Amino acid sequence: METSPLFKAGHTACAGCGQALAAKVVIEAAGPNTIIANNTGCLEVFTTKYPETAWGVPWIHSLFENSAAVASGIEAALKYLGKKETTNVIAQGGDGSTADIGLQALSGMLERGHDILYVCYDNEAYMNTGVQRSGLTPFDTNTTTSPMGAQSSGNIRPKKPMPEICLAHGIPYVATASAGIPQDLQRKVKKAISIKGPKYIQVHVPCPLGWRHETNQMLNVAKLAVETGLYPLFEYENGALSGRRQITPKPVEEYLKSQGRFKHLLNNPEEIKKIQEIADYNIKKYNLKLEA
Amino acid sequence: MKEFLEGSHAIAEIIKACRPGVVSAYPITPQTHIVEDLAQMVADGQLKAQFVNVESEHSAASVVLGGSAAGVRVYTATSSQGLFYMQEVVFNIAGMRLPVVMTCANRAISAPINIWNDQQDSISLRDAGWIQIYAENNQEAVDFHLLAYRLAEDKRIMLPVMVCMDGFILTHGMETVDMPEQEKVNKFLPEYKALYKLDPAEPISMGLLADPDYYMEARFAIQETMKETIGYLSEVSQEFKGVFGRDYGDLLVEEYQVKDAEKVIVAMGSVCGTIKEVVDAQRAKGKKVGLLRIITYRPFPYARIYAALKDVPKVAVLDKAVSLGACAPIAAEIKATFQGKKKAPQVISSFVAGLGGRDITVETITEVLRRLNTKEVNSDFIDLKLELLKEEYGD
Repeated sequence: METSPLFKAGHTACAGCGQALAAKVVIEAAGPNTIIANNTGCLEVFTTKYPETAWGVPWIHSLFENSAAVASGIEAALKYLGKKETTNVIAQGGDGSTADIGLQALSGMLERGHDILYVCYDNEAYMNTGVQRSGLTPFDTNTTTSPMGAQSSGNIRPKKPMPEICLAHGIPYVATASAGIPQDLQRKVKKAISIKGPKYIQVHVPCPLGWRHETNQMLNVAKLAVETGLYPLFEYENGALSGRRQITPKPVEEYLKSQGRFKHLLNNPEEIKKIQEIADYNIKKYNLKLEA
Repeated sequence: MKEFLEGSHAIAEIIKACRPGVVSAYPITPQTHIVEDLAQMVADGQLKAQFVNVESEHSAASVVLGGSAAGVRVYTATSSQGLFYMQEVVFNIAGMRLPVVMTCANRAISAPINIWNDQQDSISLRDAGWIQIYAENNQEAVDFHLLAYRLAEDKRIMLPVMVCMDGFILTHGMETVDMPEQEKVNKFLPEYKALYKLDPAEPISMGLLADPDYYMEARFAIQETMKETIGYLSEVSQEFKGVFGRDYGDLLVEEYQVKDAEKVIVAMGSVCGTIKEVVDAQRAKGKKVGLLRIITYRPFPYARIYAALKDVPKVAVLDKAVSLGACAPIAAEIKATFQGKKKAPQVISSFVAGLGGRDITVETITEVLRRLNTKEVNSDFIDLKLELLKEEYGD
């Protein structure tokens, strides 16, 4: 990866880390006049091991679940100082710190109308602690706390609908993005930053270690999630669907077979059918299918 | 100017005078009147702060953490469960060396749920790295907030300060308070200039991961600062006296009739007003009793307490909190003060009273003095209703 003055090389992310790529895209799109509040998680650990930091912008980590509240305080302070107009505030965290333990703080931030972009890096489990399931772990995923076994085909619930939950707060901008399509992520961050008020972007970021795929396959795996309809890319502005990435849907097996976390499903057509239904639902809901 | 004010309103007035830029709080009895008054001051344009209404105490503490990190003076207030819900943020604020000031309107801890006063909440957070100062009356509560900002923002200290005032007894009590004038406040507490802050012009990272090679030194540094703060408290207190005329001595303890006393009660907070009454009455009868009031509980003033009590034959420590399964909190510290020392009281007895708002009356204090004899007692509960302690398990 090329080095950047805002997100410097030399951090300790694993090879092929989708989150590292996405985080770099996000801060480069937001620019140097940005303050970041970061939840505890992989991104925090691999970028700021004392005495080093990868961040070229002011950056703060407090706790696992409170970046949305810490960012709220930063934003309030900037307003008090008369510096809000010239400074972007980003709160960010992983899927667990966003959708589970940090959901209340995020909801408060959205409801209060702070001018903050919240970015959720969604690698679909608690990777920093060893691949335990989170509220954003997909249906049937084999994780260390939703293991497959004689009585189980993995995680028993589908992903928590975080974009919809954020949308329900009436915020001006909600989008999903993928580390596999960085230009799209960059555009969405720039757009979000240009809008006043609370914004939410959820980025799908493969984790080679937790998803069990080759490190050089990160971009392909991310793209397959989009191309199967399992990770629909969309934008909502002021509550209305304003953009979607259309696809020629591929069968979900193509995505499932790319990763060890779904390996147990490959000889189980019944379970694959259930997952195909999730993709089909997304394709219909967001009208993702490209007309021939 | 002297005014007859409710404690909470007086606190809101002094916070306004301290000019915070970010105020954040979540309602909990008995803290509410303070933050309601501050919200009104913001609504009326009298206080130019951002008032952030949050969805929990965890976020209230996180918001002031963020505001302080961004270089602004901040304020929050809470009580009881609210303080406990903040707990990890409370530790975090101290670890990040942010000069946050908080009021703890002291209240009992659940269960059973109870909204009335004791000091279990703040005492339970004694290890968090906050300076803790306990007010006896509303004049002190007001003055201590002003002192709190000065101490927290002192470049030699850079630690958060919790001003503890007994819930209802002080927060809802009406007293005459000499409110510091704005001009003098400005002189004593100049505009806040952060030592370090989140600023795109000079980007820094805060809250980094410290591995075993670095973690201990960060904690040691706070411990050392705490020790040094013992001296700074006295210095800032004297400066306060110079500006406002009120003398809190070294701000560590108050000795009330301790010299020549045969029995001394050690206590903290508003109960000391009642104890002083009892001391006066007993002294009038020729009984040599006294009070050692702890003002600063963290850092704990061991040397100062040693000097005050080393020649006192009998000491009663009155805790409005318990450490269930162990020695009561203040009593443990007092006993530790004399561990291995040449001089020590013959008896240090520990009493627990006033939990969950049970009134500590003149009779309660008299009973403590009566039970303070040659036989040392440990966590002796006063004013228990024995009829409520009968076990009723049925057949």
